[in-house]
Amino acid sequence: MTQQSRNPLAARDPGRRRVVGGLFGLGAAALAAPVLTACGGGAGADPKTVTFGSNGADATPKSAYAALTKGFGQDSGLTVKTNTVDHDTFQKSISTYLQGTPDDVFTWFAGYRMQYFAKKKLCTPLDDVWDKIGAGFSDATKQLSRGEDGKYYFVPLYNYPWAVFYRKSVFKERGYQVPQKWSEFVALAKRMKRDGLSPIASGYGGGDSWSILGAFDYLNLRTNGYDFHMSLMRGKVSWTDPRAVATLDHWRELTPYYQQGAGGRSWQDAAQSLLDKKSGMAVIGLFLGQQITDEAIRADIDFFPFPEIDAAHGQDAVEAPTDGFMLSRRPKNADGAKKFLEFLGGAHAEELYMGVDPSNLAVNEQADTGSYNALQKKSAQLIASAKHISQFADRDSDPGFISTVVLPGLTQWLGHPDDGTGTLKKIESQRSRFFTA
Amino acid sequence: MSTTPVTPAAPGTPGVPQRPRTRPPRRPRRLGPGDRLFLTVAIGIPLAALLFFVWLPALASLGLSFTTWDGIDLADIHWIGLDNYQQIFTNYPPFWPAVRHNVIWLLFTALLPTPFGIFLAYQLDRKIRFTRIYQTAIFLPMVLSLAVVGFIWEIIYNPDTGLLNGLLSAAGSSHHIDWLGNADLNLWAVLVASGWRHTGYIMILYLAGLKGFDPALKEAAALDGANGRQTFLRVVFPAMKPVNIIILVVTVMESLRAFDIVYVLGGGVGSKPGMELLSLLITDNIIGESSHIGYGSALAVVLLLVSLAAIGTFLVQTFRKEDR
Repeated sequence: MTQQSRNPLAARDPGRRRVVGGLFGLGAAALAAPVLTACGGGAGADPKTVTFGSNGADATPKSAYAALTKGFGQDSGLTVKTNTVDHDTFQKSISTYLQGTPDDVFTWFAGYRMQYFAKKKLCTPLDDVWDKIGAGFSDATKQLSRGEDGKYYFVPLYNYPWAVFYRKSVFKERGYQVPQKWSEFVALAKRMKRDGLSPIASGYGGGDSWSILGAFDYLNLRTNGYDFHMSLMRGKVSWTDPRAVATLDHWRELTPYYQQGAGGRSWQDAAQSLLDKKSGMAVIGLFLGQQITDEAIRADIDFFPFPEIDAAHGQDAVEAPTDGFMLSRRPKNADGAKKFLEFLGGAHAEELYMGVDPSNLAVNEQADTGSYNALQKKSAQLIASAKHISQFADRDSDPGFISTVVLPGLTQWLGHPDDGTGTLKKIESQRSRFFTA
Repeated sequence: MSTTPVTPAAPGTPGVPQRPRTRPPRRPRRLGPGDRLFLTVAIGIPLAALLFFVWLPALASLGLSFTTWDGIDLADIHWIGLDNYQQIFTNYPPFWPAVRHNVIWLLFTALLPTPFGIFLAYQLDRKIRFTRIYQTAIFLPMVLSLAVVGFIWEIIYNPDTGLLNGLLSAAGSSHHIDWLGNADLNLWAVLVASGWRHTGYIMILYLAGLKGFDPALKEAAALDGANGRQTFLRVVFPAMKPVNIIILVVTVMESLRAFDIVYVLGGGVGSKPGMELLSLLITDNIIGESSHIGYGSALAVVLLLVSLAAIGTFLVQTFRKEDR
């Protein structure tokens, strides 16, 4: 190799090699980074720590969950590491989250939405946990917590009913009567409009378009009954069915009484207009209470069940979504995580949670309800008296179908509520894409 | 180690083995093994990265667009041929509105904020007073991420407490305009917000070009008796060709990749009535609780083809002119 010493360039070789080596190193590091984080938790998992993925990013639920994890830490000596993600983002990314390195325990919803992930084997069955906590729950709740294979996958924490909320003082001042029947409801809305109120507070702007589903579910439940509603949600009947058309026809009667500018308003702003006595009523969940800061106003809020449309179904169904927890498919600390879930399913956890966030109801029947406020007591009665309990459209159905097909369709229709049949046709044309199996 | 003195190897280059044929000797290599190693690595790593991070995903999307897959188990990938495309073109209600909105976006950006940015740059270049303050003010939105711009305009468009409706009611109008909720209006509201930022971008690009512009040309035009408009259209604008091309590319690119501001103003939930865009439909189908990877990939391929068509046309045009 006589050329070795041939030119001065050779002298730079080490420098060049170092640069190249550095490049290699950087490239390798970049390629390895995701892999490293992907398996980093496995080996060095701390048996004293349980990780918890929470979607409770709003102030009230966040501090309520913090009270729970603190309570568990005191009881068990384990530490819970909470990873809080914004509610909507959490739901959007759940599928990738569960396939990646999810936290051991994570917040989720009961119903079809939970069963989907159970079916995809992205979570761990919890039958052994239920052996210990099962006594506290009703049969209906047990049913809600099982996957299609009959195993338990879900530990419920709370539920909350949807209803029509109003301010007692407004009804009293103006002499309004609580409507029982559809015709009374529409007449009341008409009268409120004459009185200069927005009859039905509504805000489904931005990311809040889900909130219109509450009205849709109730209209369908009251018009066609629980069984038809569930078949529709599970993709078993056509969306162009005359019964679904009838649901939209009823809705159309109500649309002139919706608050103006609803498509650009958040549900919080809509709720605020009810609290400010600018709107007369709101079809919303008990979580409306999270919007209340003044206890005097909380005492002035009341609700009535969504009015009867068809006497055959009356007001027998209540929409009461249940939230709770699941265990990811390969938890790093399985024993600790199951202990945490046992704690979460117990009465003490319910009391800790409701102590901070009084706009939900404990699902565990052994929980002390003595500190319930009037709204909570009435809500618990409403749910207890229901013959059927539905969850929510995006929990009873394929969430992708609801968010990419049904919601855009219905929000567009609400803007110009004329061609209900055309909207349903559009929705129906997409149904087979989601419900094939 | 060749000892045959036949090849006139330049000092310091490896000798090329002598061939027994009568062919003219091959050109000697100028690169030593170290150089070759360096070149292999220096080109190889970026090439590998390009293949791995750009072409592999692109081809994977293309492949997946002929399948149906929920994105969870690889065994669940099923080949369905052109079904996705057929569905998208014939039976996907938001598809054609999305295409239309993408075209509107491109036309709007090319016809309003871009010329306006050029206009502002031209005015600010004329050494008027406080020009730096104006420049900063107009460029300021560009410093912000488009998502932040979205949040700012969200406050302006809020139907109850927003600035715009506040001004309208202060002016005595009883109209309550639902800027972002009304499906006939929201696209334009978003376009104004995006144009607000785009104008500053174009202005700064053009201003940079104008700074390097030879003032003698302008003087010559003035001596020839050209007025302001003539000077700009006949002298300055044609002479700024390289900058014009950059501006055109930037405008097309920004229009095709329009996503974030709509995502923010639409509330971060993907496509909304009136604001459908191809990029949003893709995320709608791919991200979420039940993802349709195949369907979303097919939409992505459509967007890729549209982009390639735009970029290809542009490249062909540019190179053809340069060859001349």
